Amino acid sequence: MRKALMAASLFVLFAALLYVAVNPSDFGAELGDHLVFGEPKYTDMDSYFIHNGQNQTAANNIVTSIVFDYRGFDTLGEASVLFTAVLGVGVVLRMLRGDENDE
Amino acid sequence: MMSKIVRTQANILYPLILIFGFYIVAHGHLTPGGGFQGGAVIATGVALVAISFGYGKIKKWIKKTNLTAAEAVGLLSFIIAAFTGIGTSFFCNWLANSGLIFGDTVPYGPNPGYLNTAGLLPIMNLAVGIEVLGGLGVVVMYMLSAAKASEVK
Amino acid sequence: MLYNLPYITVAVVIAIGLYAMLYKRNLIKIVIGLSLIESGVNLFLVSLGYVQGGIAPIYTNAPKTEMVLPTPQALTLTSIVIGVATTAMLLSFCIVIYRHYGTLDSEKVRRLRG
Repeated sequence: MRKALMAASLFVLFAALLYVAVNPSDFGAELGDHLVFGEPKYTDMDSYFIHNGQNQTAANNIVTSIVFDYRGFDTLGEASVLFTAVLGVGVVLRMLRGDENDE
Repeated sequence: MMSKIVRTQANILYPLILIFGFYIVAHGHLTPGGGFQGGAVIATGVALVAISFGYGKIKKWIKKTNLTAAEAVGLLSFIIAAFTGIGTSFFCNWLANSGLIFGDTVPYGPNPGYLNTAGLLPIMNLAVGIEVLGGLGVVVMYMLSAAKASEVK
Repeated sequence: MLYNLPYITVAVVIAIGLYAMLYKRNLIKIVIGLSLIESGVNLFLVSLGYVQGGIAPIYTNAPKTEMVLPTPQALTLTSIVIGVATTAMLLSFCIVIYRHYGTLDSEKVRRLRG
């Protein structure tokens, strides 16, 4: 029973993903236009970044200017997540190294 | 502790990996890369040395306290660098095009790339690079110490 | 059909990861499956922003052509770093579970033990 359920869910999800990937235009014009490889639909924000990012942040690398300037709050959260995860690894693995006294 | 061949090539490769990582961090606003990627490259160097020489030897050379301190200092300096533009807004890039350090203007369009540009972005790249090298390095050291503790029992 | 090859690759990679998470009982293999799903999502994000014939959005010595969209690449950078943090956390849990139960089989660690 459990094996059959797992196989059925895996098959259904894989078939759905593959169907959307092969012909997305069956799901209406909205999704079909979005999922055409090589021709993204809404590019206003990105073309603003490409054309104005070099003047506003004086950086050649537009990805860096987005990561650290336009979307700086994302990067702050990301750095906090990394810091917290490392803190969590230290706390979880601390119970395993009780015999170590180098710090 | 691995064989002599592995230890010798680790001795040769470790400074090169460090130089390459700091190059990626310092040129983050000009070439592909940045703080996260360069920090990950430097942490790879730490992992190479730790695996080649064994944890028992490496824990005298690379202190976990220093790596943790580097992580905290990196995150703190990133937040402080973001706070220096609080006169306009949080994360305001007030150093760009100002003529101060990292303050040169760039010509619009493709150019050969000038290091003294981009304002606050290289400083933030450096801060995030220091944070990531401390964080990933200390994760490697923690896991090796846990494996060592598992080995003894 | 072949035009959408990156999306088909995304579907296959996510299906392989889901298979590993559903059918494998070793905890390390479950973590590997999670990383595979994460890689599929990253590939999906990057291929959403691809412009036909575009180059990376970097102006250093760039030819005068179109550039791909930079925002999905920035989001993918965020996603990769958070994925590294999650994987480190999960692997440290695996180490603790192995020390406590002496096995990594998820069927055997299910029983309660003081």
